[in-house]
This record gives sequence, structure tokens and C-alpha cells, in this order.
Amino acid sequence: MDNNTKTIGAAVVVGGGIAGMQASLDLASSGIKVYLVETKPSIGGVMAQLDKTFPTNDCAMCTMAPRLVEISSHKNIELISLAEVESVKGEAGNFTVTVKKRPRYVDEKKCTGCGSCLAVCPVGKAKAAQDGKERKIKPIPDEYNEGLSTRPAVSIPFPQAIPNKAFIDNRYCLYINGGKCGNCKKACKADAIEFDQKEQIFELNVGAIMVTPGYELFDIGSKPEYGSGKFENVLTALRFERILSASGPYQGKVLRPSDKKIPKKLAFIQCVGSRDHERDYCSAVCCMYATKEALIAKEHLGDQLEIDILYMDIRAYGKGFEEYYQRAQKLGVNYIRCRVPDIEEKPDTKNLVIHYLSENDKKVTREYDMIILSTGLLAPKSAKQISSTLGITLNEYNFCNTGPFTPVNSSREGIFVAGPFTEPKDVPETVIQASGAASKALSLLCGSRGTLIKEKEYPSEKDITGQEARIGVFICHCGKNIGGVANVPEVVKYASTLPSVVHAEDNLYMCSSDAIDKIKQKIEEHHLNRVVVASCTPRTHEPLFKNTIREAGLNEYLFEMANIREHCTWAHMHEPEAATKKAKGLVQMAVAKSKLLEPLYRQFVPINQDCLVIGGGIAGMTAAKEVADKGFLVHLVEKEAQLGGNARKLHYLIDGANPQDYLNDLIKTVNNHENIRVHTASPIESLNGSIGKFKTVINNAGNKQEIEHGAVILATGGIEHKPSEYMYGKNKRVMTQLELEDKLVNDPKFKAPECVVMIQCVESRNDDRPYCSRICCASAVKNALKIKEKYPDAGVYVLYRDMRTFGFLEGYYTKARQKGIVFSIYDKDRKPELIESKNGNLTVRYFDSTMQENIEIDSDYVVLSTPVIPRPENKELASLLKVPLDQNKFFLEAHIKLRPVDFATDGIFLCGLAHYPKSIKDSIAQAGAAAARASTILSKKFIETEGAISVVDEAKCIGCGTCVNVCPYNAPALEEVTVTVEEVTYKTKKSRINPAACKGCGSCAAACPAGAITAQHFSSREIREVIDAFDKGVRGVSIEKSIVEVMV
Amino acid sequence: MSAEALATSATQTNAWEPKIIAFCCNWCSYGGADSAGMGRFQQPASARIIRVMCSGRIDPLHVFNAFLEGADAVLVTGCHIGDCHYVNGNDKTKIKYKYLENVVHELGIEKERLQLNWISASEGEKFANFIRDVTAQIKKLGPSPLKPEGVA
Ligand code: FES
Repeated sequence: MDNNTKTIGAAVVVGGGIAGMQASLDLASSGIKVYLVETKPSIGGVMAQLDKTFPTNDCAMCTMAPRLVEISSHKNIELISLAEVESVKGEAGNFTVTVKKRPRYVDEKKCTGCGSCLAVCPVGKAKAAQDGKERKIKPIPDEYNEGLSTRPAVSIPFPQAIPNKAFIDNRYCLYINGGKCGNCKKACKADAIEFDQKEQIFELNVGAIMVTPGYELFDIGSKPEYGSGKFENVLTALRFERILSASGPYQGKVLRPSDKKIPKKLAFIQCVGSRDHERDYCSAVCCMYATKEALIAKEHLGDQLEIDILYMDIRAYGKGFEEYYQRAQKLGVNYIRCRVPDIEEKPDTKNLVIHYLSENDKKVTREYDMIILSTGLLAPKSAKQISSTLGITLNEYNFCNTGPFTPVNSSREGIFVAGPFTEPKDVPETVIQASGAASKALSLLCGSRGTLIKEKEYPSEKDITGQEARIGVFICHCGKNIGGVANVPEVVKYASTLPSVVHAEDNLYMCSSDAIDKIKQKIEEHHLNRVVVASCTPRTHEPLFKNTIREAGLNEYLFEMANIREHCTWAHMHEPEAATKKAKGLVQMAVAKSKLLEPLYRQFVPINQDCLVIGGGIAGMTAAKEVADKGFLVHLVEKEAQLGGNARKLHYLIDGANPQDYLNDLIKTVNNHENIRVHTASPIESLNGSIGKFKTVINNAGNKQEIEHGAVILATGGIEHKPSEYMYGKNKRVMTQLELEDKLVNDPKFKAPECVVMIQCVESRNDDRPYCSRICCASAVKNALKIKEKYPDAGVYVLYRDMRTFGFLEGYYTKARQKGIVFSIYDKDRKPELIESKNGNLTVRYFDSTMQENIEIDSDYVVLSTPVIPRPENKELASLLKVPLDQNKFFLEAHIKLRPVDFATDGIFLCGLAHYPKSIKDSIAQAGAAAARASTILSKKFIETEGAISVVDEAKCIGCGTCVNVCPYNAPALEEVTVTVEEVTYKTKKSRINPAACKGCGSCAAACPAGAITAQHFSSREIREVIDAFDKGVRGVSIEKSIVEVMV
Repeated sequence: MSAEALATSATQTNAWEPKIIAFCCNWCSYGGADSAGMGRFQQPASARIIRVMCSGRIDPLHVFNAFLEGADAVLVTGCHIGDCHYVNGNDKTKIKYKYLENVVHELGIEKERLQLNWISASEGEKFANFIRDVTAQIKKLGPSPLKPEGVA
């Protein structure tokens, strides 16, 4: 579109799963009005149904709930549930989107989500009627529990649902289907039931469209060999996930459906509905979710539960996955490589019997109590319809088409896509792609940013001066995470006896929107002026609760958290008593501190809207371009003399695309972009400051330059490991995959080989480097295919441990086998050997576990698939930026699932190989994501500073200047003042702390010899009070008495 | 026996549970304690964490306070040197810790009762091991000589 046309500063997001939520939040916090259209009654997608997430076993609902709450309370996100897009007219920058909203039969404005209607709805319940007449009403399977429980016709999908409103299913409602009943209408005190609601059709005017409809799971009904879903104890993995969940059908007890008995032997069958003839792709997540479910089931049942995972390849290719897989093996999960042709059900016991051929070709028969099918991901059912209404193209499996260098662009301009709709993928990649898609929309709409949005408003703050402390304590069960170990009701009871506590209560998930509303309600009801939440870590959840009390009119600093999950129930899982006691102690300490909390205020400081991008590879350049496209000035610094990074060594991609063309275009764009300043050969000398006001000094051959900027994107890349094994470096015919690629394209002396052997996982997935490098399997397949293309007669062998060609890469693996490339498994403990004969011939000898014998292959070239390793200078850079590295020395993001490009430190973002090995396409998506995240900061004019800062008590200050010396931010300064004491007036120096410069570390308070400095929120008084409260009274039954006893 | 089971059984054999106060900085060692929980690295329930924004906030007075309130051990923890979120807070901690060590020693407190450790946010296992080790050491030593009467 031409630049003179005004774009519309709004976007519609189609699909409210984790991708849609991320895109919505990124857009809305960068000044774009968002309409989030979801077909279901609630947003949340599949992640809302998960119990835990791999590879950290983090509680899914807990990481997600704050986002659900943020969306529901966001001023600039309008959530339209039960709705679909009917048609799209117009063009990028100005679309007219027609939306059809189905009736909810409940007035969303009036419904409070109290659930009274659910209790009185007769449908689907055992006793249907009291009039004696029998009604044939089929139970309604509860979708949230995957049909393992039932629900009434009026329901709220799950406790944390957003919107948290009832929904009447018109397929089952008696009133809608015949005018009888109406119980819910009678029971609803809010008068919210509206049986006469009609379908609504309306138009939205937006500049961009984000498509994130998610995926469908493979239906086991079409697998007769596995019982077509008729065997009661054969479950899909998602059903099993619901069984594991505390909010699931059996309250988190692991039981088998047929007789509700505890299973003793359980098996997972992998690749059900993927990697087969109809679907030649890998679903990318099943290996890890099976591992996760196995671990959780073991966590619940301990060693009495035997678990086998029956697999083809374990694809543990993502960050932390391989380590997770290793851990599962250590904890006793058996991984068996085999294929299972069918399952038989024993009619009497409902046990299940399978036969398979083991790796060494032996017939094995096994019986299980329960079998879990790891079903694959399909394109959403709505894919075809979406494709025709939006005018975007799909691939052969009905997933949305994207290009090798345009991971978030659909085939129609202005329509961006993210999540499993483009390819099966896990949560972090979905989040990354969603932010990447948001980035594209933000660039497109940069001219109209901020035109359609409203600022968030809080109620005026309650004045609590002079009031006695009135503390409310809210204790979270966190599903089973806390409540499954500690006795939460007992902790509540205990909390309510603590001095100044006027209210204590528990909730299944304290961070869910209904619980949040309840906290606000209780603040009003009990005139609370301090709030304590005992749940998980403040590092993730404190902002949410601070915001909650602010919305209830309390100053956000009147809040304290007790971490009874990470520090208690998770750390003492097998000691319920000790955990309960400790939880009480932690609550008591938090209550003790909260009594002393004071209201504190933040300052507004203008920010610098420029951005620094470190690293001039594909990731860095893409990030720079994307930030610059949004109208911000970018400094791109690269320590080498040339831009391009690792991509300079790539000549072709697996799909045939040419990365050099893309790279050269990108370099040209970056060099000519009016908003980008390129600094090559300019290593960073120093980097100081914080979000909104960083100062960086770069050094170009002695020429130093200071750059001021508001955000940082770190894209420093990684390097290909050069191995010491297999005569590498000693024999010219032994090379890495990158070297082979270069030779295949550029080396005129490269002689046509008769035979090439590739060895996978060289010096990776071992003790030194436990991680999987993610891209080597695909590189091997790519280069093997290239060899076959150039030298059709050459024999190519790939010796591997697991072929990790996830997602659509699987198709190339299949193609490679069809082309006659031989793939052979080797065992970790029996690595292939390389022998050089006297005449210089190379022979690879390995043990083939299928044939159970040693095989020797004479080879012209031996190609080693070595991992991408972190750059050695990461350490230095990490301490410059004050950001952490992970165990493998890659950079560690803020949260592995939901904040994959953020650092815990505000204003610094991450992308590319510096984060973890990844393909060009993934690097580009992540670079876009980093740009979108950075722009949520850069698009603001001000940031709020920390309110918990240090202050000087002038009367006590002796003007010694110690604080001036210890502060790294130059916040305190000595000022001359005139003091009058007992009629003597004199001039002296006193320290003053600049509130805008202070970061609140508290070092000055600890150093002040006169005790004149208070580190607010962490004052010595508060700390003393907390120490004092350590376990006081927790031991005895009579709390009052024991307090007296313990007092010194 | 797994390390987990060992820790559990160790706590069962000796019923006395020491009282350990661990000062953690928000950005690293507190995160390390979080990672310990996330990784389900089991540890004895003897420690209570007091969160401060930076280890530099820890005043020697707080440590004395803890001992006087009956702590059997006090742990000073923070980011690895060079990683402090506030430039160099932990350097200052190191200096203060030297002084603290001397004073505490002069008071007749065994050196095991005051320990310094740098733990990053990703070092969950290290955190759990630290708590386990300190607890075992203190169990051997028994209650702190500074413990006021009447405090368990
Ligand atoms: S922030 Fe961890 S030691 Fe300063």
C-alpha cells in the first residue's frame, strides 16, 4: 500500500490460545487496539487443559493464568468469544472484517460467574426430573476434561476461564429446545440469563489480521488397530493429562477409567497419527509431552508404577529437552524403540496386550493396565474455512503456508500467522512466532500506533495513614502443586490466628481471574490494608497481585508474598508434615513483614526510544530491521568487519531456498535503512544503565563512541563446534557438515565420492555437552540429499542415535530414505570408530543394533555432525549486561515457556543462536519476536521507576559520603545544608538520594554507618521482624501460648 | 538410594531440625531456590529464605539479629561475582562477609554456622545441595550456642 494512505491502528486476532494471547498482548502494549476473536466460550486454548509443561514441569495454569487475567483486564483488548470471522474485505492497513458472534444466552456484562446456574441445571445429571416421568437425557461430555467427566447444559468451561461467564449450550438446553425448565433463569440473582439472545453480525475496521487458530489432535476413532477409542483404558495423552491434573476428573489421582484402580504398568505409544503414510510429518511435541506425563505419573505414584515409552526416535531437540529425557531415564522411565502394530483388550480385566519386535528382532509380548496414545497434531478443522474467508493458502496437510524466510507471513499481505497452524510446534516456539507476527503488524501499522487506544486507569488510592494493620491472607492450592503436599486448610486456619490478620482463605488457583476478583472483593469487605498471598514465587507472580490490589484501591507496595510452592511443597514433596509446618512459618514471616509495609510511589522517567542490537548475523540484522521498520532508531553493532555471521557459510536450505540471496538483500536493506546505524568492527567496551536509559561504549579501532538507547537486543550467535575425535583436523577427508556444504558448492577439487558416511551427535549429547543441537539431523539430511542430487551413484550413510527431523523436516527424511540414503542407528555406548588404513583409506566401523553385528564401510569422506556451541565471549557479555547463562552457557531467558525472548532484566531481549541452536527460519521468527518485545518498551514515552528505593533520614545523616561511594548509580549526593540544633546554626553536608536514579538495591542502607538510610520495602525493621517470626508458634497447638513461650 | 530418599531419611533419623536463615538476592540465589523447587530437587525443610533485592543489602546487623533470634546457621547468598544485578553489590557483600566471619568467630560460633555462597538462578541443584549439606553439618554441631533459651 502506498505510504500516504492512513493505516488503521487496530488488529484482529483470530484464535485465543497461547499464540493469540501473546500476539494480543504485544500489540496492545505497543499501542494497537486489539479485537481477540475466539470460537470457544473461553480463551486459553489447549494449554489451559495441560497440567504441567515440559521441560521444567512448571504448572501450566500457573504460568498462564496471569496472562489470562492480563487480557481480561486490558483496556485495549476487546475479547469477542463464541465468534468467527465471516469475511474479510480491503487490504493490508485497512481491512473490514465481518464477525459472527453466536449467542451465549447469558449477558456477559451482568454475569458474575458465580456458578448458581450450573448447580440447578438438570441436564446431564443422574436424576433428571422430579415429576416421575423418565427423561432420556444423555450425559454431556465435559470438553475441558476430554469427556472424562460430564457437565450441565449451562457451564463455565473451567475455573480460570476468560471471560469467566456462564455459557448455555443450545444443543442441550431444555428451555431453548422446548420451552421447559428455565431453572437457571430463576436461580440467577444477577438476571443475566437471556434465552432470546440472537446471533450477532458486525464489522470491525482493522489494519492487520493475526491468525492463530491452533491445532486439532488426531482422532483415535480412526485407528481400529488401537481400538478406535473403544478400549476404556486406552487414552489419548491429552485425556491422561486431564487425569494427572488436580482440576481433572479424578482430582489429580492417577486412576484408570475402567475400574478407577491405580495402574501399575503403563505404556505410551508414540507417533499415533503422525509420521505415517497419510501424514509424513512429525508432530514435534509428543516425545516431550509423553516424557512429561510419565514423569508426573511417577511423581504421583513413585516406583510402584512402571512406565514404558514405545517410540521410533526420541526427538528431544529443544532447549532443555535432552536433559529432561536423560532425567526421565534416570528416574526409571523405560524407553523402548519399537513399533506397535496393534493393541488387544482382555475382556475380563480390561488390561491391554501388545506384541512388538524389539530392536534385536525378538518378539516381545507385554501386558499393561493402561496405554496412552501420543496422538499427533493436525491442522485445525477450521483451516479450510479460514483459508477461504481470509484468502490465504494452505499446504498439503492443511497447515498454513509460510516461506523459508518469512515464518509469520501468510500468502496475503497484512495477514500474519503464528502457532501450530503453520506447523506443529511447542509453546515457546508458538509464543516466539506470535510475537514475531505481532512485530510484522506493528511495522505495518507504525504510522497509526496509539491512535485508537485508552490508558489504563486505577481507582484513586485509599489513604491508610494512621490505620492499624488489617491483613488479608490468601493461600493457593495451586491445583495439587501445593495442596497435594501441604495441608492448605490447616495453613489457612493457622494464618487466621496470626495477629492483625482479619481474613484468611484458600483457592484452587489464586492467580485465576475468579480468585483475583475475590481478593478485590475481600479487600472491600474487610477493609483490608495489607494483602499477603501465599503461593508461588514473587519472581513471576508478584506483578499480577500488586496490580490486583491496586485495582482495589490499595497502594501496590502493601503486598507481600510467601513462596510456599517452589521453596516448600516442591522442595519437600515427600514430607507433607514438614511442608505444612514450613508453609505456616513462611506465611507467618510474610504476615510479620506485611504489618510494617508502607505505601510507596514510582516516578515517571522519560525513556530513550533508540535500540541497540548486538550482533550482525541473520538474527541481529532481522531484529534491527524490524525495530527500525517501526520508526525507532537502531544501532546495530558487530564486532567483525562484515555483517552476515554464520549464514555466510550456508549455501542452500533443505527446501532448496538460497540463503545467500536473502542474506545479501538483508545486508543491503540494513545498510541503507534510514533508521539503522551500522557499526561494524566495533566491539562493545562497556554497557551501563537500565531499561529506558542504557549507555554503551563501542570501540571501532580505538575510535570510541557512546550510544544511548532504551532497549537492547542480544543476537550474538553461536559457533559450529570443531571436534577432536575422528581424526578431525588430521585427515582432510574428515569434515563438519558446514565444511561439507562449502565444499559441495565451492570446491572445484571436491572429487565425486563413491561413499560418504555421516556421523551424528559428534561430541554432543554427552557428559560435556548434554544438550541436543537441534539442527544437525536436518543438516545431515539436507547435505545427504545434495550429495545424491550431484552424485546419484554415491552411497550415503547416516549413523545416528535418534533422527530428530521434527515438524515438516520429517518429509525430507522420508525423501532421503526413498533416494537410497541409508540411516543406521548406533548406540551411545558403542560409538562408531574411524580407521585409516596404510594406503590412506577411511573405514567407518560401527555396531548395527538391528542386525546385531559390526559393519564396516569404506568411505571417501566422513562428515561429522557437530553441535552449535555457545560463543566463549558469552560469559563476558552476560556480566556486562547482568543477564544469566544457562547450564550449557547459552543465554537464559526469563521463562522457558512463556517469555522465550525476554530476560528477567527489563529492557533486554534475546534471539538467534545465542539463545539455543536453531534454523534460519526460527532465528528470523525469534528476531521478529525480540523486536516486538522491544517495541513494547520503545513505543512508550515514559517508564515507571522502582518505588521501593532508599531514602535518607537527614536528622541521622552525618554526611560521611559512604553511600556516595558504594552506589553504582550515583543516586546519592552530598548537599550543603544549614542546620539549626539547640539554637546553634551551622553548615554541613547531608546525603540526598535521587529517586529517579536509585534502583533499590539497598547497598547504601547496609553500608551507612549512622543507620540513616532506609531501604524501603526491605528495611532493617522489616527484616528483623521477619527473622523474629521464624517458626514462631508453629509447633504448638495453642498459638498464643507458644508465642509467649518463645519470646526472648 | 536416591539422593532424594537419602535426604528424607536423614531428616527422619535425627528429629532435631536446625533453624537456618538464608538471605537470598532476588535475581540470582532466590531464583536458584526457585529452580531447586522447579527441578524438584528435594532438600530438608530447615531453611527459611529472606528475600532482599541484592546481597549488598545484607547488613551484618541482620546476621547478628538472626543468630540472636535463635538461628542455628545463617547463609549469605547472592549472584556470582560479576553477575550482580546492581553492578557490584556482591563485591561489597564479600568485603562485609570477611568482617562478619571474624566477629562471628570471635563470638565462639563455629564457622559452619555462617556460610557464603554464590548461586545463579539456574543452579537449582546447587541450591538444594547447599541446604542439604549445611543442614547435615549443623545437625552434627547441634543447636547454636547463641540460641536464647526457650527457642527450639
Ligand atoms: S543482585 Fe544478586 S548479588 Fe546483587
